[in-house]
Amino acid sequence: MFNHLLSLLIWLPVAGAIPVLLAGSTRPNLARWLALLVAVLTFAVSLFLLVQYHPDAGGMQLTENYLWIASWGVHYSLAADGISVALILMTTFVGILVIAGAWEVIQDKPHQYMAAMLMLEGLLIGVFCATDALLFYALFEAILIPMFILIGIWGGPRRVYATLKFFIYTFFGSVFMLIALLYLYQKAHTFDLATLAALPLTLQEQTWIFFAFLIAFAIKVPMVPVHTWLPDAHVEAPTGGSVVLAAVMLKVGTYGMLRFILPIVPDAGAHFAWLIIAMSLIAIVYIGYVALVQEDMKKLVAYSSVAHMGFVTLGIFIAFLLVRESGNTDMALLGMQGAMVQMISHGFVSGAMFTCIGVMYDRLHTRQIKDYGGVINVMPWFGFFYVLFAMANCGLPGTSGFVGEFMVILASFAANPWIALFAAFTLIIGAAYTLWLVKRVLWGDITNPHVAEMKEINGRETFVLVSFAAAVLALGIWPQPLVHLMDSSVSQLVQQLAIHKI
Amino acid sequence: MPTLNDILIMLPEFYLVGSACVLLLADAFMKPTQRPMLHWLSIAVLLVAIYLLVMGQPPQSVTAFGGMFVRDETSEILKVFALLTTVLVMVYARPYLNDRKLVSGEFYTLMIFAVIGIMLLVSAGNLVTVYLGLELLSLSSYALVALNRDARLPSEAAIKYFVLGALASGMLLYGMSMVYGASGMGGTPSLDLAQLHNVMSYTTSPNLLLFGLIFMIVGIGFKLGAAPFHMWIPDVYQGAPTPVTTFIASGSKLAAFGMAYRLLSSGMGDLSQHWQLMLAVLAVLSLAIGNLVAIVQTNLKRMLAYSTISHMGYLLLGLAAAGPEGYAAAMFYAICYALMGVAAFGVMLALSRAGFECEEISDLKGLNQKSPWMAFLMLLAMFSLAGVPPLFGFWAKVLVLEAAIHANMLWLAIVGIVFAIIGLYYYLHVIKVMYFDKPVEGSVLQAQQDKPLRVVLSLNALSLLVLGLYWGPLLAWCRHAFGL
Repeated sequence: MFNHLLSLLIWLPVAGAIPVLLAGSTRPNLARWLALLVAVLTFAVSLFLLVQYHPDAGGMQLTENYLWIASWGVHYSLAADGISVALILMTTFVGILVIAGAWEVIQDKPHQYMAAMLMLEGLLIGVFCATDALLFYALFEAILIPMFILIGIWGGPRRVYATLKFFIYTFFGSVFMLIALLYLYQKAHTFDLATLAALPLTLQEQTWIFFAFLIAFAIKVPMVPVHTWLPDAHVEAPTGGSVVLAAVMLKVGTYGMLRFILPIVPDAGAHFAWLIIAMSLIAIVYIGYVALVQEDMKKLVAYSSVAHMGFVTLGIFIAFLLVRESGNTDMALLGMQGAMVQMISHGFVSGAMFTCIGVMYDRLHTRQIKDYGGVINVMPWFGFFYVLFAMANCGLPGTSGFVGEFMVILASFAANPWIALFAAFTLIIGAAYTLWLVKRVLWGDITNPHVAEMKEINGRETFVLVSFAAAVLALGIWPQPLVHLMDSSVSQLVQQLAIHKI
Repeated sequence: MPTLNDILIMLPEFYLVGSACVLLLADAFMKPTQRPMLHWLSIAVLLVAIYLLVMGQPPQSVTAFGGMFVRDETSEILKVFALLTTVLVMVYARPYLNDRKLVSGEFYTLMIFAVIGIMLLVSAGNLVTVYLGLELLSLSSYALVALNRDARLPSEAAIKYFVLGALASGMLLYGMSMVYGASGMGGTPSLDLAQLHNVMSYTTSPNLLLFGLIFMIVGIGFKLGAAPFHMWIPDVYQGAPTPVTTFIASGSKLAAFGMAYRLLSSGMGDLSQHWQLMLAVLAVLSLAIGNLVAIVQTNLKRMLAYSTISHMGYLLLGLAAAGPEGYAAAMFYAICYALMGVAAFGVMLALSRAGFECEEISDLKGLNQKSPWMAFLMLLAMFSLAGVPPLFGFWAKVLVLEAAIHANMLWLAIVGIVFAIIGLYYYLHVIKVMYFDKPVEGSVLQAQQDKPLRVVLSLNALSLLVLGLYWGPLLAWCRHAFGL
């Protein structure tokens, strides 16, 4: 089993989706329990990663390599480093919570919903451990199919528009990456990422390939100005869809940058780092202001996701600046580590925020902020969790939100105090939109009579929220294990930044 | 004099001609109650032909009748898949034809004769064989389109198909005559493709040769249905009975690829620098017209017709690359398209009943609630046609794009990929209708209960997923055929 741990993690949920589908609409409870069983099993198997992966050894571990398409030299090759392990664990953890979260909320064809979720989970795990570019690309695109179905069937009133926009937008970005990969294949005759990383390329080639990769991943992250699909997709998606989208799927974009842009086109990356940094700062400051004026709770959190993901891209590309211009690898390491921690932290925080909104939506069937007010009076326990996640969202020390942002801001300060200044704006803007949201939704008197009828969270919802809260607090108070897990992998990435390929 | 060896090489073709004649006679002498037997007999005949082909496969390329007929691995692969898709069409057609009282011996014999035409065409070693195969295929197809001869739309489609097809055949023949003439200027005139291969080196009239080439490309473009020679496709697809449309969209496309390969690579290979650009232009036009016009269609058959045009654009991407890599990719694409097309039309056939033609996109509304399995099969076909991994259609697209990049036509690959994004919309629209829309009030949408149809259609659609996960052997086979 340990030799094929990663394969098992991919195929267990994908294959597990089949019995869930076969359980059929006539036995919805069987489908639910089966799905939960598969999700829990997958999470249990993913815990073995912690045993099998040795953080101190670094490098790619748990490798599996089989020739897939002989005449093209495409391999089914999987491997994981610390970053992959952290992301996979987060995926399997969130996987359980979205299935538990959808339990009786999804009444329409629950078996199809659960099966799509499991399929999505398996494919996402695959993306995080594929080391063959074509395999990565196939998985990267394949995740669109279950997500398309999830938003389209179980989404809100404008779901068709949102899901078509989501699919076509993201597909649009990734096809250019395919052309870049085929071009690289012409030169290297392989899709193996390690070989492509060692391939010398001129700056002109690197520039074209860089932009092809960038458009694919920037749309996925999403970065300003190609973020416009995200608010629509989030608003219309069912709660579980929003949670997976925010918690895991956005990370695919930044993860792709680490695996493709950094090693394959480092010189172009350094050349255009200013562009990415500028885009990240715009995301942090401008999108923060956009979030401030939202009247729809989901839209607000969606925009705050864009702002927070700006920190991840800022952390990655500030490292370019630090290594290439001042040779300050220590600070580069800090920035990169901050970006990684931010990725994981944002996964939990945004997942939790969307779950909270889902809980309220199930009771009142509206996402408009003005329809709420005084929720704390009827749902005190829910209010407790909501405030906790809100605090994490604005980066309060002691929650996971603080750690990553702080590290990235420190690193930016070493590169350029002005960048740090703009990045630090998030502390004010983030607090503003989050706290104002809490004020309008939780505090005050009950103005809407329907709010008075809202019931306190039940056991299932408490379980989901407690799990998210535990993760948020654990990372906030004691981030060391996570940092240690990713440490050697991150320092390897930083070393790669210094290598010129021209 | 033909020798025994010649006959042995052409055994599958001779066997099929004999069987078709026997079926025709059997049809005439059968009692009406025995007619349904014809269906299974024809399928058995085709399966035996596949067996003969695979078992009798010569170790290397051989020719019969003095080079008129070439039996090599390329033709072998195309024939196997042409026969296979025809079997699929017959299985899917049975309930449809039964419900409409169209079951007749002619349908089966005409199908078999069309397949013989395909087999001759893809094995042609001589301009005469090309023309012979093409006409056999075309004439059978014209008659098949008019199978429901009392209805207005099929008759109209058949006439259109016939008139335009005859025009295209004339163009092709005219081009062939010029090439023949050019081969006679400065040497002995020849119709043999292998001889024509080096006409360029000695002919005193290269311009005549080029003119001939252009006319031949018109013929090829028509048969493929590539823009701007695509006018017949939408009307014929929509007007023909759905089983016949299925056949034209599958086996016929394999034949068109085979014809293009024989004429251009075997015959006019020396002129590749000239025809490469012509094919590239056809490809761009097909991609643009096919994908853009498909968006506004409301009739599913018509939409798939425009989608065929765009897919032929991708196939031309591979052909335009003009090397073994490109041919292998284009053949892979043709096979892939045939399987996808049969599956998509197969679902439409499975959903049609007596008095109800499933052919408007809106007919599929809420299919996921009425018949989740059929909706899932259609979903596989649509995502495959759209080229979304991990389905088969994606890899076929990757292969032709790679071939284009390999041939230093990066711009063509980028055009191809941009239109893939545009094309995505109308396939997603079909999925949207099936999955996201509620069924129409009082809709009686339900799948045929015919067991063979359901089983074979399921296998067909699932093969798109299986081949998408493991397409190595098929690619290796295609590449081997072109010496890679």
